[in-house]
Amino acid sequence: MKRWIMVLPLALFLLVAVFLYRGLYLDPSELPSAMIGKPFPAFSLASVQGDRTLTQADLVGRPALVNVWGTWCPSCKVEHPYLNQLAEQGVVIHGVNYKDDNGAALRWLRDFHNPYQLDIRDEQGTLGLDLGVYGAPETFLIDAKGVIRYKHVGVVDATVWREQLAPLYQGLVDEVRP
Amino acid sequence: MRRWLAVAVFALGLGGVAQAAIDTYKFADDAERERYHQLTKELRCPKCQNQDIADSNAPIAADLRREIFRMLGEGKSNQQIVDFMVDRYGDFVRYKPALSGRTWLLWFGPGILLVGGFVVLAVIVRRRRGQAITGNTELSLDERERLAKLLNKERSHD
Repeated sequence: MKRWIMVLPLALFLLVAVFLYRGLYLDPSELPSAMIGKPFPAFSLASVQGDRTLTQADLVGRPALVNVWGTWCPSCKVEHPYLNQLAEQGVVIHGVNYKDDNGAALRWLRDFHNPYQLDIRDEQGTLGLDLGVYGAPETFLIDAKGVIRYKHVGVVDATVWREQLAPLYQGLVDEVRP
Repeated sequence: MRRWLAVAVFALGLGGVAQAAIDTYKFADDAERERYHQLTKELRCPKCQNQDIADSNAPIAADLRREIFRMLGEGKSNQQIVDFMVDRYGDFVRYKPALSGRTWLLWFGPGILLVGGFVVLAVIVRRRRGQAITGNTELSLDERERLAKLLNKERSHD
């Protein structure tokens, strides 16, 4: 009985230490997405180029990254060159131009190169709202059926790609092949 | 002097306009306004996390307020509006998350800790009291001898 009491403070300390240690590596600004496992929300929006109307059906067929961006967002500029690089490697990326001025978006895509296969123009932020977007950049990973499988909040760089997105993306590509 | 007064009055008026422009929603009746205030107080801003969406100036909070206003106008119930938000942003947006398998600890954890504390306290108090009653308060022969020696020493010093 007495021995048990003696160990108790140490046990409590270890318990608290484990929680605090985990807390060190948690980013409270990163919310778990409520959208994972759900189909990409329905939408019908013009393309940024204005030449066609896009719907959720256009996203079906191949696994892809869906990148939510805006010219007003400094971090989007940071990640843009890396998206270009990924697109060159053959990764399918679609863009959602979120609450942006369309002219500015067109200039951006002309000046910095366009890594996106589809450019969805979400000027009012309605698609962003349905996606649970609360800032930019956010990047969703969808499978060939158009179901959202993962969401990354913040800049996609080489580390994020290598450690988080690439294995999942490759898995989805392999899912389709056989 | 009068001109300055006029300018001051004009500026005050402008201030009023600028403040009102934060959100200019026209509600059908007071009940709807009341529900709007209740909902925007109850939902948490996903961007600036320790503010409700009524308080927050983040663009996303403004969007969510607009959505709430729109849905109120469509005659949606409070529950439908909260579900709409939770579907998109998760349990996080609720200051009062629904009771579920994942959140029961959140709801009952403090109560469990409190009850646990009282149990420990009760056990300690009972044990102490038991000791006090059953414990031998009389001195043993040995102890009495030592006491006598000590008292004698005291006396011899005087």
